[in-house]
Amino acid sequence: MQKNYLEISQVGIEFPTEGEPFRALQNVNLSIQQGEFISLIGHSGCGKSTVLNIIAGLYQATEGGIILEGREVDEPGPDRAVVFQNHALLPWLTVYQNVELAVKCVFRKTKTKAEIREWIEHNLSLVHMDHAMHKRPGEISGGMKQRVGIARCLAMQPKVLLMDEPFGALDALTRAHLQDSLMEIQNRLGNTVVMITHDVDEAVLLSDRIVMMTNGPAASIGEVLDINLPRPRDRLSLAEDPEFNAYRQQVLRFLYEKQKNPASKPKPAAPVTAQSVSDSGSASEAA
Amino acid sequence: MSTATITSKIAKLQSLITVANLISGLEKMVKTAVLPLTGIVMFLFLWQVTASNIVTSLGQFPGPGDVWTQSKTLIEEHHAERDKADAFYARQEVRNAKKLAKNPDAKVKIRPYTGKATYFDQIFTSLYTVAFGFLIATLVAIPLGIVCGLSERVYRAVNPIIQTFKPVSPLAWLPLVTMVVSALYVSDDPYFEKAFLTSAFTVALCCLWPTVVNTIVGVASIDRDLIDVSRVLRLSWPVYIKTIVIPSATPLIFTGLRLSLATGWMVLIAAEMLAQNPGLGKFIWDEFQNGSSSSLGRIMVAVITIGIIGFILDRLMLALQKRVSWDKQAIFR
Repeated sequence: MQKNYLEISQVGIEFPTEGEPFRALQNVNLSIQQGEFISLIGHSGCGKSTVLNIIAGLYQATEGGIILEGREVDEPGPDRAVVFQNHALLPWLTVYQNVELAVKCVFRKTKTKAEIREWIEHNLSLVHMDHAMHKRPGEISGGMKQRVGIARCLAMQPKVLLMDEPFGALDALTRAHLQDSLMEIQNRLGNTVVMITHDVDEAVLLSDRIVMMTNGPAASIGEVLDINLPRPRDRLSLAEDPEFNAYRQQVLRFLYEKQKNPASKPKPAAPVTAQSVSDSGSASEAA
Repeated sequence: MSTATITSKIAKLQSLITVANLISGLEKMVKTAVLPLTGIVMFLFLWQVTASNIVTSLGQFPGPGDVWTQSKTLIEEHHAERDKADAFYARQEVRNAKKLAKNPDAKVKIRPYTGKATYFDQIFTSLYTVAFGFLIATLVAIPLGIVCGLSERVYRAVNPIIQTFKPVSPLAWLPLVTMVVSALYVSDDPYFEKAFLTSAFTVALCCLWPTVVNTIVGVASIDRDLIDVSRVLRLSWPVYIKTIVIPSATPLIFTGLRLSLATGWMVLIAAEMLAQNPGLGKFIWDEFQNGSSSSLGRIMVAVITIGIIGFILDRLMLALQKRVSWDKQAIFR
């Protein structure tokens, strides 16, 4: 096949500010195949989320554009479902109703009532949430909410699944569970996924390709790393896998040597320590 | 250790627990009953002392005792009036029955009783009027607030007008409303009294604003993520408003409604005084004009009634808010 499914070409974006417009992205080019799992990784504020929002159609690129299956993307739509970092479930609807809202938007005309019901239940069982269908988001844990968020997106049968740091707000154990679930689902359904992450292990574990972004302003794609680990992948055996660790090393080197945290720039000679890696720790030095 | 000592120790422990329970129960009682009661008693005492030192041209300022007597009188008057009405209808029926006995084809009429309105009739009129005015205000305020909250442009266009009319006193509106109602509401067989409409519209004009302002804030502060969700789903406007806008603005809409109802209730009394709508406002005005030695006591009864009804109305709105709220954990006060 090798026909490009999702094409990001020459994308740049400027945001108006009080003075000069702020250029967040410049010359972003990327071709994604159908069924591919892509991770976008980079330091905070490098514009990863902006790329995702442009693909989603929530932001309009100032230059360049996105082509999905031969069509230009110029507005948001259910063919590019977004999993938000903070689940973005409607707190006044039950889990079932949250998914239903999305399903009805997409399949109102093509599915019967019974089919819609079955489809909602099917998707909730896919993320192992069928037991809590009639609970409100306030009554379930953060990890469960994120599962529902994923189910809502899967149920829309999107062409591309966009995930904006989907597991960033979860604890490590819950995150691992959800990563496994996501791998299993993607294995089964073959979704095309673009995921933003901060987590190097997560990126290597889940992705077919890791797209590493340079620091902003005017951020762009620095390097693209192909991850040729066989699937299905198992986190335990990979932990000691030299190949896995080599990939990890490459990403880490990119992030902490080639693209040092922007906040630590004023002191280029400083060694990479845990402090300069964390954003909050060194932000004050730059100021 | 023998079993006997153990049982005695357990018994001691249990009695200790009972004592602890008793103390915590006592504490609760102090908080919920004793403290408010103390406040009320102290207030009544201060009132009595102050009142006995004020002498007006209509006699002594009424103390708690006078108010108590007057409220009993008002209840008696109410019963007396009702008895009169019953007797009046009974007489009519007897008369009509006699007429029919003489001539079965005779036309019989039941004339309505036109005695003076009692205190309770006046309370009812006030409640009915405020409900009508509040309903009109709500029907205008919530849609207007939603539109302004959703569209920055509409908001910028409408905001100066809102800010200008918000602080206007009911007394300023009243003459205008009176004239407009007289000019436009012309009917041979009016369903509503003009004074009623004037009062209700004045209430509506004044209690519109808190709901408008709070709805705008509620709608404008919808979670960004939820807006993005609606954009990704391409929700139609009606669905968007129904499933996202209204539920997320509900807490603030209710805050507005409660403020509006409280404002409306306050405005109503003034409006009734001037518009001569036969409610509590007119009662106070009439008593004031009447100027008998019991007038001040009767007015004081009205003052307390107004306060208690206002309090109950607010509690009712709070109960309604709890009922419709999706967040059962939220704390309402």
